[in-house]
Amino acid sequence: MIQNVLDGVLTGAVISLGAIGLTMVMHMLRFANFAYAELLAIGAYAALVFDKVLAALAPVLASAFKPLTLSASLALATLLAMAITGASAVLLDWLIFRRIRAKADALSMVFASFGVALIVRNAITLAFGHDAKLFSKDIAFATVLSTDPLILVKADQVFVLIAALALMAAFHIVLTRTAFGFALRAVAENPNLAQVAGVRLSTMIVSVWLIGGAFSAAAGVFYTLTNHLSPALGHNFLLPVFAATIVGGIGSVYGAVLGGFLVGVASALSLAVLPSGYVPAMPFLIILAVLLLRPHGLFGEDQA
Amino acid sequence: MTAALTIEALEAGYVRDLPILRQVDLVAERAKLTVIIGPNGAGKSTLIKAVAGLVPVTSGRVLLDGQDIAGIRPDQMGALGLSYVPQTDNIFRHLSVRENLALVLRRVPEKQARMAELFVLFPALAQKRADRAGSLSGGQRQMLAIAMALAPRPRVVLMDEPSAGLSPKIAAEVLALARSLTRQDVTVLLVEQNVKQALGVADHCYILAEGRNQLDGPAAAILADPVVGEIYLGGKRMSAA
Amino acid sequence: MSGVVSYLVFFATMAAILAIVVLGLNLQWGYTGLFNGGVAAFFGAGAYVTMLLGGRPEPGQFGGFLLPFPVAIAGGILFAGLLAWFFGALTLKLRHDYLAIATFGVAVALESVARNAEWLTGGAKGLRGFPRPLEASIADNFLYGLFFLALVLAVLAAVYVGLERLVRSPYGRALRAIREDEEAARSLGKNPVRLRLQSFVIGSMIMGAAGGLYVAFYAFIGPQDLAPILTFQVWAMLIVGGAGNNRGAVLGAFLIWAAWTASGFALATFAPQAMQLYTGPIQYILIGSVIVGMLLWRPQGILPERIGQGRR
Repeated sequence: MIQNVLDGVLTGAVISLGAIGLTMVMHMLRFANFAYAELLAIGAYAALVFDKVLAALAPVLASAFKPLTLSASLALATLLAMAITGASAVLLDWLIFRRIRAKADALSMVFASFGVALIVRNAITLAFGHDAKLFSKDIAFATVLSTDPLILVKADQVFVLIAALALMAAFHIVLTRTAFGFALRAVAENPNLAQVAGVRLSTMIVSVWLIGGAFSAAAGVFYTLTNHLSPALGHNFLLPVFAATIVGGIGSVYGAVLGGFLVGVASALSLAVLPSGYVPAMPFLIILAVLLLRPHGLFGEDQA
Repeated sequence: MTAALTIEALEAGYVRDLPILRQVDLVAERAKLTVIIGPNGAGKSTLIKAVAGLVPVTSGRVLLDGQDIAGIRPDQMGALGLSYVPQTDNIFRHLSVRENLALVLRRVPEKQARMAELFVLFPALAQKRADRAGSLSGGQRQMLAIAMALAPRPRVVLMDEPSAGLSPKIAAEVLALARSLTRQDVTVLLVEQNVKQALGVADHCYILAEGRNQLDGPAAAILADPVVGEIYLGGKRMSAA
Repeated sequence: MSGVVSYLVFFATMAAILAIVVLGLNLQWGYTGLFNGGVAAFFGAGAYVTMLLGGRPEPGQFGGFLLPFPVAIAGGILFAGLLAWFFGALTLKLRHDYLAIATFGVAVALESVARNAEWLTGGAKGLRGFPRPLEASIADNFLYGLFFLALVLAVLAAVYVGLERLVRSPYGRALRAIREDEEAARSLGKNPVRLRLQSFVIGSMIMGAAGGLYVAFYAFIGPQDLAPILTFQVWAMLIVGGAGNNRGAVLGAFLIWAAWTASGFALATFAPQAMQLYTGPIQYILIGSVIVGMLLWRPQGILPERIGQGRR
């Protein structure tokens, strides 16, 4: 049970990171982006490639920081992956979503996002294969925190949780202490007035895609560090990040963070009751509960 | 007398081929307060929104100190010296008073000094600087909205019904504040329903109806004109027909 | 020669079943502007319930009640409708994309039930054994194939005529009115939420009916029949044919199914051995590209909507 909660918090951190960008994009561009979770996969695969390249260029970077399986090359690769994924998000918007936004309604955007997701996911499959990948073949030994009940924690898991929380804290500081953060919050609240206040909307849209892409890449890498990587990563996280967004209320960054942890823990706890095959449906049950009890989420203001 | 803002044969509207404004001309003299009045649906708000870049201009010119600003994006207007105070939803409720001001001061040099100046000018806001703007009273919100417009030291300020929804006393204060701006060489163009009070503080007045110029003249003359008085001040509205 | 003909009969039967699904989606998306992210779920709901009610009993397996086909498929249709009603009522009052998220979730949830609830759905191996309608009376396989094709085409024609009447009636005009301008429709005394819900339920029941026919056709249903790709295929069919045009919907179904089958055949025949594992992803990329490409360059489809002003 405690082990489930621990695992859930960890998955929750990954979901939260993914949901932060989704909630901003969904609020600002007013469409449910079903291609969004593919950014996690793009980020994780990009890190995989950069890690290999960096390790080949400078073998000294490849040794792991014990007891983590994380190496300097992977850490650098993650930063590069965050940049590349942010850029990919901007590029997808520029190539596809922006052009559809200009001439069609929001539902066409939702529609297009499904198409984009299908293309991205299967392009990744073609490039990297169906099989699961790992960043490191080293075996990460778990530390036994307690034998009764048995509670195991890996060093990588602790690192992932700390790193995810650090990213969220950094974003909190940006939102509350910097003029750029005020501009992001202003656009979220009232885009027209934000323009009057001198904020350029197109710049903000690019910023949100960059931030969302970078956070998603981090989420993808963090998940892969403690699990494994397959082309289904994006698909598997799609419903959880949507659930986190809806639980928190569309447009609320803090709601998305809380929602992510909630969905992670609830899914992990459900493992104690349900066979594991049903876990993919758990976020859906959470969405249902929110729609029944509090349709605009915990912090949301978006109306129909 | 020099014109700070000149509008020439302006046509504008939300939908193409369906202009709300037809051939509107207007001159706002520098450091003067010019008021636009007219019946509901006359296009008064649309006119200043078009000047602020929020309503597409289909033809005509808007000259700010001689430079044509028609078609420029709304977020670029501040840098050109033009500010706009919307009628409603004119502050960010989820941001604190200080954050609202810091947002509009993003690109202003010496922003800390400017913020301090604004707090001297608006002492009520200084007390509430850490509060969420959504918690302010109606009058304080209007003050914050005006402070935000003034923050980048504009040469021209547009206001859309700044006294709407305020008590008569606060409304008078807001209009007096608008008037006082002209003494600091700021040109003010405002739309008002509160015709009598607005004419009391204005230098010049334009009357708009059905998207066209109807009449204009010195505010005092308009106030004294018996026909105008009949139509706009006696409570009777010009019929739509 | 007879092999080619019987393959064509087989192909046409499957395409016609899919055309029925596309017609259901056209009512939702084309005429009412509702986004169904879980077409596969409503199709699958109809299919599984038809199978449970009309299938043959298996030891250790729930269902297999051997009800007559019309009763079994009616149950499937009803269940698809109930599912649509429940989720539609929950989400249609909210932001437009909540329906997309909820229906997508229904599809994921239903797929995981299909995979895991072995007592009910047979799990990964699915359910098989279905007495096909009039199977005993028509002994010849080829003749039965022709008969079944005729049956499916008859259902397709009935759905087509029914929908054409519906969308041309005052009711259909009301649906388009709320799609184009909800506020104006509301001011004319229409109840947008109720109309949308009705359209969503009817469309989903049509999908459920197609699912029932599918079960009768294959005498099998498994979780892979509920895979998300079905939803994508059906969307591609509608957008290629032309959303808001029932003739376009049918045309799109046959075109895309032909392209899908042909591309699968071509990849299986000509692609190098090493690539065989990746024919699926290549086909998925093609479907995704069709969707995105149509939205970018010809959102109105091959046969655009004829009545009224068309979609913006």
